[in-house]
Amino acid sequence: MTSLKNMIFAGSAGLLLAASFAAPAMAQRSAAYTEARANGSVGEKMDGYLGIVVAETPQLRQLVNNINIKRRAVYAEQAQENNATLEEYALTVGCQQILRTKPGEKYQAPDGSWQTRTSAPPIRDPRCPA
Amino acid sequence: MKALKLTVLWVDAKHSLIRRGHMRGITPMRAGLALLPLAMLGGCINIAAPDEPIVIELNINIRQEVIYRLAEDAAETIDDNADIF
Repeated sequence: MTSLKNMIFAGSAGLLLAASFAAPAMAQRSAAYTEARANGSVGEKMDGYLGIVVAETPQLRQLVNNINIKRRAVYAEQAQENNATLEEYALTVGCQQILRTKPGEKYQAPDGSWQTRTSAPPIRDPRCPA
Repeated sequence: MKALKLTVLWVDAKHSLIRRGHMRGITPMRAGLALLPLAMLGGCINIAAPDEPIVIELNINIRQEVIYRLAEDAAETIDDNADIF
C-alpha cells in the first residue's frame, strides 16, 4: 500500500516537473524584442515574418533572424499538421500579426511599404480574414 | 533534317518495289508491318533545344479559403508562442 502511495506521489511529482519544463514555451517577449517593436525599428511583414524598418545594425539583424528562424520552425510544424504549405500558414499568421499590432508599432502594407499602426484598422492583404 | 530525308527515300523505294511486283509473297498487311518502324521514324518531330534556359515560374497562389481554414490554428499558435510573436 505504501509503495502504491509512493508511486502516485512520484507520478504527480513527475507531472509537476514536466509542467515546469513546458513553461518556457509560454515565455514572453524578450526585453530587446519588446523595445524594438515599441520604438518601430522592427515591424510585422505580410509574409508572417519580422522585418527591420530602420537602418540595419548587427544587433537588430541578429534579433530578427533569431525570431524568424523560430517562427519558421513553428510554421513548418503547424503547416504540416494542417495539410497546408509553409507559405500559406505563414501568410495566415502574418494577417493576424498585423491585425494585432499596437498603435505605434510598424507593419507592412500590401504595397510593401512600412506603415505605423494607428487606432484605425491596418491596411492588409484583401485575402486576410476580418 | 538529314534523317528525315533519308526515311522518306526509303519509303519511296519500298513502295516502288511493291508496285513493280518484285516482292511477291509480301501481302499488303506484311508490307504495312514492315513499314511501320519506318513510318514511325518518318513521324518523328525534331525539336531543337532553345538557346536560353527554360525557366518555369511557379506562381504561388495562396487562396483566401486556405487562409480562412488556417485562421483559428494560427491564432492559437501566436498565443502559444508569445515570446516570438
